[in-house]
Amino acid sequence: MESVDLIYKAIYILVIFGITLLIATYSTYFERKIAAFIQDRVGPNRAGPAGLLQPLADAGKLFFKEDFIPTKANKALFIIGPGIAMLVATMSSAVIPFGDMLIVGGREIWLQAIEVNIGVLYVFGVVSLGVYGLMIGGWASNNKFSLLGAIRAASQNISYELAMGLSLIAVLMMTGSLSLREIAEQQQGFNWNIWYQPLGFLIFLVCAFAECNRTPFDLPESEAELIGGYHTEYGSMKLGMYLFAEYINIFVASAVMSTLYFGAYNFPFMENLRAAISDPVLANNVVTILGVIVMFAKIFAFIFFFMWVRWTLPRFRYDQLMKLGWQILIPLAILNVVLTGGAILLKDYLF
Amino acid sequence: MENLFYFLASLTLLCALMVVISKNPVHSIIFLVITFFTISGHYILLNAQFLAAVNIIVYAGAIMVLFLFVIMFLNMGKNERDLKTSALTKITGTIAGGLLFVVMIAALKDAHVGTYDAENFNSQIGMVENLGKVLYTKYLLPFELASVLFLVAMVGAVMLGKKETGERHF
Repeated sequence: MESVDLIYKAIYILVIFGITLLIATYSTYFERKIAAFIQDRVGPNRAGPAGLLQPLADAGKLFFKEDFIPTKANKALFIIGPGIAMLVATMSSAVIPFGDMLIVGGREIWLQAIEVNIGVLYVFGVVSLGVYGLMIGGWASNNKFSLLGAIRAASQNISYELAMGLSLIAVLMMTGSLSLREIAEQQQGFNWNIWYQPLGFLIFLVCAFAECNRTPFDLPESEAELIGGYHTEYGSMKLGMYLFAEYINIFVASAVMSTLYFGAYNFPFMENLRAAISDPVLANNVVTILGVIVMFAKIFAFIFFFMWVRWTLPRFRYDQLMKLGWQILIPLAILNVVLTGGAILLKDYLF
Repeated sequence: MENLFYFLASLTLLCALMVVISKNPVHSIIFLVITFFTISGHYILLNAQFLAAVNIIVYAGAIMVLFLFVIMFLNMGKNERDLKTSALTKITGTIAGGLLFVVMIAALKDAHVGTYDAENFNSQIGMVENLGKVLYTKYLLPFELASVLFLVAMVGAVMLGKKETGERHF
């Protein structure tokens, strides 16, 4: 790899990292604003114009609070726990194609940090590591309620990973590739996977909610009826890191869903637009930049959906949650795999 | 590339040693997870990306989480009493380890180190497409048999877990 490419990759990774953190920060603000809108309140409006500086104020407060570590806690693991949660959350955006290819000065620039032919498996692997942050943090607190909360969270994550993986298999059967870029490229124009995989998308969506610990599956931290969960003993920025990692997870889950099912950076009539501009380089760049905007619009729509559901649906009971995961979603996902396989064979047979 | 290999190899050995040496079982498990990561690093150096990803998903993501579950529930290593080993155990452990070492040296002394054919080596052999083709054509029967074995193990686990007093075995 040339040094220019290396520098470009480094800059791109830093930019994506920055955007991820920025979106996660402002998700907290928009969550409160949307909650206020749904409940007919005003929401945060003191810090800055329309309360826009509220996330900074919250972060400042969390940073300057006393950094408390329980006496009998396992100190090293207690500190590492939130770090692992944060690290794992920021890792998965590396393989997501946020845009197609830009041509600058005759050089092709792909708007994706790393292109590997196992992209989907990479995302899945990173998601499966997310459990460690919660479990280590909960155990290291040396508090029975924290431990029980950690185990509650971990069992939920493990259970829903299975259905998530099975619903992904149907997409992989259709596209025949594990590379996220290739999956995105195959959904050219309006040929999105959602039209072929509505059931798979529904299963994936439910599992994504469960993996992100969002309502109606936010039992790991149901503060009202169960103890706070794995972060009972946490305070100051360590607690902030856990909450922040959760918002990053929402962003990443939205990005993965847009890539797998909603056509990533593809939008309707993109080929017509490309044909309408005579200069091929300019046409490519215009379409790519519009594609990036479309991609982020899809991601924001999903993030909004996450928040909308939070203030609409009540929480499940724990046995209902487990029943939904194991007895409904997994059989449905297997049915979806069988149906997809049958449809692919039927298509070969008919056409 | 070579330096990277030596770095990874020494890290793997160090973490693997720490698994055995650590007094706290939870620390042992975390070191074991890091060991799996470094082994995945070796797979990537060998251009076997699929194996690397699956190693992380299956071992680090699933099996080690279950290990962590069990150890957290048992709350092992909290009592100082559990950690003390008697002199007899230490002596037998040393002798058994030494004997294993002798056997290993005896076995590896005359072992032939295979060389690889750099001219005809296909660097794409570990890619997911090639692996899938080989698994589903040349090794189809062993692959299917392994999956049947997994199914049997799963059904067996469910049956054992279901067994309660007064409840009928399936």
